[in-house]
Amino acid sequence: MGKQADLERETMTANDRAEGTSSRDVPARSAANSGGDTALETRNLSREVMGKVLVNDISVQVQQGEILAVVGPSGAGKSSFLRLINRLDEPTSGTVYLAGQDYKELGSRELRRRVGMVMQSAYLFPGTVAENLCYGPRQHGEELPASEIDNLLEQVGLEGFAHRDVSHLSGGEAQRVSLARTLANKPEVLLLDEPTSALDDRAEREIEALLTRVLRDRHLTALIVTHDTAQAERIASRAILIDAGRLILNDTVQEVLHAEAVRP
Amino acid sequence: MLKRFVPDPITLRAAQAVGAAIFALIVAYLARRAGIRLLSEAAVALVRGISQIIVVGLLLTLVLGSAQWLSAFVLLGMMLGGALIAAQRTKDIPGVLQVTMGSILLGAGLVIGGMVGLRVIDSAPATLIPVGSIVIANAMNTTALALDRFRAEVEAHTGQIEAGLALGAAPTAVVAPYVLAAVQASLIPSINNLRSLGIVWIPGVMAGMVLAGSDPILAAIYQFVVVAVLFATAGTTSLLCTLFVRRRAFSSADQLTLRMVKHEEVRERD
Repeated sequence: MGKQADLERETMTANDRAEGTSSRDVPARSAANSGGDTALETRNLSREVMGKVLVNDISVQVQQGEILAVVGPSGAGKSSFLRLINRLDEPTSGTVYLAGQDYKELGSRELRRRVGMVMQSAYLFPGTVAENLCYGPRQHGEELPASEIDNLLEQVGLEGFAHRDVSHLSGGEAQRVSLARTLANKPEVLLLDEPTSALDDRAEREIEALLTRVLRDRHLTALIVTHDTAQAERIASRAILIDAGRLILNDTVQEVLHAEAVRP
Repeated sequence: MLKRFVPDPITLRAAQAVGAAIFALIVAYLARRAGIRLLSEAAVALVRGISQIIVVGLLLTLVLGSAQWLSAFVLLGMMLGGALIAAQRTKDIPGVLQVTMGSILLGAGLVIGGMVGLRVIDSAPATLIPVGSIVIANAMNTTALALDRFRAEVEAHTGQIEAGLALGAAPTAVVAPYVLAAVQASLIPSINNLRSLGIVWIPGVMAGMVLAGSDPILAAIYQFVVVAVLFATAGTTSLLCTLFVRRRAFSSADQLTLRMVKHEEVRERD
């Protein structure tokens, strides 16, 4: 009972933090007040489909270079939340600010170039690895030079794979190509929707290590949806807990994971 | 055989229709025994088919001798009916009726108008209505096939489509391969008809003309004209239909709206 009361208190605090109004919040609040460093902010973001609320009034700020884990039980609305940020789905209410600009003022294509997304499955296009890497830049009239393709492949540990047909790649290799393809657009924010959940243990560890290195080297702002609490702890500095579409907690990874562990 | 017992021509035709329907029902019954449930659907379709064709026969009796402009109304009615039927199979596509209406009206309308304008087909109601109905039926089937295939392709490749959108691609670019597949699939019957003309089948117009006593060579040439017109209709309708539905598959913010609800339900289960 006491734990439940603690959790409810923490939940209220988390929502206050997200609003930037609490006096007690630590990481979220300080981040919220840091002004120009906010890379991405969701403001009262909601989505309802056929009477069912998938995402319910979520307000979160993510600072430049910060890695935010999005955790919660299955069907909590984590992926739906991420899709709203990339505007693959339309919010019923609320909006997202990218570097202080309302994303509805940006064209959706411009937004998606600046906010890259890596999905659970790689969903590569038929053709070679290089053609997949060139796909994004080509959409806004840029040709990716061969040196840049090599550079991206080196970053994801796939040197010499440029001319391989994607149909011959393993699951882990495909997911590396998917990451490199997203990075080819030079995104400011990276959304990672359970990028290792479809992989075997070995490939999962490799991709996780790769993600950690790439995010750190590029000083990228990222949101990662994960079921794996240990992974959240290894990759992210802060976490939010979502359940039934609502933001339950917004705190350090350790605090959020602890709260999730003791939830009834 | 029937002629001996039924001398009256109308009663004879009715008896022939009953015989054909019984034969079709026997096939449906045998199919049911094999686990394919189409008996009730076949019975309804047969009753509906005979009723519709009798009404059309009565209508044609009224129209054939009258002014040419009246045939335009009859064809327009057929196009609207075709649009409604083509929309039935893909009801879950947003605004599908406008898509089928637009593609059949424009596709069949342009071809019929063009052919009449070029005097390829006679504008007399006795020719225009039967030939026009064949063109419209072909447009309807092509539209239904194209839409069905497009929806199936989009459903099967939702991941690739959204991956492309997430990389900043335009909806037209991400669905281009699936539009192409839909157009190709919808044209298969028309291409096959052209290929097999005279080898595998003797089409209705030619068969009818020969049965009515026309010169088989003249009937064959006219049949080729009709089949070529049908191919032109199928191509035009299919292109228009995929062009229209492509727009409807995405929102103004370039979000894939086709089958979106279903996918969200799946995501929730995940």
